[in-house]
Amino acid sequence: MIENYIPILIVLTIGAIFAIVTVSTSVIFGPQRPNSEKLSTYESGMKPVGTTHERISIKYYLVAMLFIIFDLEVIFVYPWAVEFKRLLGEIGISVFYSMLIFLVVLELGYLYVFKKGGFKWD
Amino acid sequence: MFNNAQEFFNTLPLIIMGGGIVISLLIEIYSDKNKVILPWFTALLFLAVGLHSLFYTNDVSIVMQNMLATGGNVNIFYAIFTLGAAVVTLISIDYIKKYDMYFGEYYLILQTSVLGMMLMAAAKDLFVIFLGLELMSISFYILAGMNRKRAKANEASLKYFLLGSFATGFIVYGIALIYGSAHTTSIDFITTNFAGLTSNLLFVAGVLLFLIGFSFKIAAFPFHMWVPDVYEGSSTTVAALFSTGGKSAAFSAIIASLFALFNGPSGNVFTPYFAVISVLSMFYGSIVAIAQVNIKRMLAYSSISHAGYLIIGLAAGNHDAIAGVMFYLGAYTFMNLGAFGIVSLVEGKNETNLDINSYAGLASKKPFLAALLSILMFSLAGVPPFAGFFGKYYIFIAAIESKLTWLAILGVISSAISAYFYIRIVVLMYFKPATNDFQIETSNSAMLGIITSVIIVILLGIFPGSFLDLITRFI
Repeated sequence: MIENYIPILIVLTIGAIFAIVTVSTSVIFGPQRPNSEKLSTYESGMKPVGTTHERISIKYYLVAMLFIIFDLEVIFVYPWAVEFKRLLGEIGISVFYSMLIFLVVLELGYLYVFKKGGFKWD
Repeated sequence: MFNNAQEFFNTLPLIIMGGGIVISLLIEIYSDKNKVILPWFTALLFLAVGLHSLFYTNDVSIVMQNMLATGGNVNIFYAIFTLGAAVVTLISIDYIKKYDMYFGEYYLILQTSVLGMMLMAAAKDLFVIFLGLELMSISFYILAGMNRKRAKANEASLKYFLLGSFATGFIVYGIALIYGSAHTTSIDFITTNFAGLTSNLLFVAGVLLFLIGFSFKIAAFPFHMWVPDVYEGSSTTVAALFSTGGKSAAFSAIIASLFALFNGPSGNVFTPYFAVISVLSMFYGSIVAIAQVNIKRMLAYSSISHAGYLIIGLAAGNHDAIAGVMFYLGAYTFMNLGAFGIVSLVEGKNETNLDINSYAGLASKKPFLAALLSILMFSLAGVPPFAGFFGKYYIFIAAIESKLTWLAILGVISSAISAYFYIRIVVLMYFKPATNDFQIETSNSAMLGIITSVIIVILLGIFPGSFLDLITRFI
């Protein structure tokens, strides 16, 4: 039982050694010429100054919510598509129609968002 | 999905409801007259589903790969939910105009919440209960904050959301433990093997967590703190739905999932839990309601104490008690809807006339409305000719059958205490001079809803046997 985990232990050890070696070599051998730009926190190009609770436009939340809905759709459809042929043999054509009903209901939601202007940015 | 046409026909209440939601969505986005069409479409949809379910109660079957039950008590619960929601729709129509908060989505979300309740009542699998519960609860969180210009409504919505999600967490944890000990989520398996499973501590812990989560949803005492704030903050019509539909749905889920608990007079592991929270809820609700000056808060505490009476039925745990609980839920739904309906009518713009004292002298200005409210208050207090009395009567009798006489006695004492604050409204309306000029906007649809509920309350009070026979046939 416990010996099954030995490969994982080896991977962990190699990972730790690799991290230590690379970081320490760059610290020991690399040239060190610090300036204020280099010492400041790296924030993906944003200025790391100011309050953390900045106001963010509500539109981003809307996009994120709509994204989640369609993301979930894919999550449901994917395993169904992979197992479709087997299920078709076992259960019959109702497998196809169940998914069709689900997709129609979901697309109606899409239509609702579209009609209400959920995709308009301005 | 369905093995034959009969099974499809038996599932029709759920299918009509789901199809109705889709059609409402199309009406909302495509019709210019949706302000007129949508409310009436919603009311008719609820009425159609309710009458269909009442008419076909004999079609008992299990459909969708043992996931849903149809017919029998499930259909009676459908009828309670949908007819109650129809009354809510009727009282909403003019209330929404008064507060200038029309959204077509209001009616859509009302429908989805009722679909969630129906799924909870029909469930034959713990996952279906969870699905229905979430569909109902999430719709409720949105409905609570529907009047989004009011700070209090936003507060109510957020509070309900946070506490409700926490309670749902208990239910999920309970389901996980039940699954861990029973190796299945099928309710039939749990019911048949219940005696053996209760020797497993993990299973008992799971059921206890499940019950705690649902105690929150039915607003029983230690889990009640959200109730007054949410009822006060959200619109009156929506609060009416929370206190009736939400409570009935949670009771239907408890009865459906733990039916094994209610098979005999001998009592079981969970009887002490039910007994303790029922006594606490009854007395806490009745006593604290006396101190309230806001009528919506008073009705909220009254809702807590009614949850206590209903839980006596669960503690008694025999078939008569379950029939009593269902009768009481039907009666309570309509008397509470009527009371909230009248509150929503008397309530002026900007939440005036919500103080109890503003009801003084209503009888001299609006005698008909005052008479209706008196009938509802007497029924809530449990005065004989009305439905509320028989609900309590059946539950107390069942408790005595199960050798829980002390619980029945405490229930009667609590009813006597609660009579004080119900009758106080009647006294204020009839025997105090009017200090208020009651600028009540007439609303025919709301009056239709209120009068219907009052008629149902009176009919259930005069002919309690016919409804009780319908219920006991399927237990």
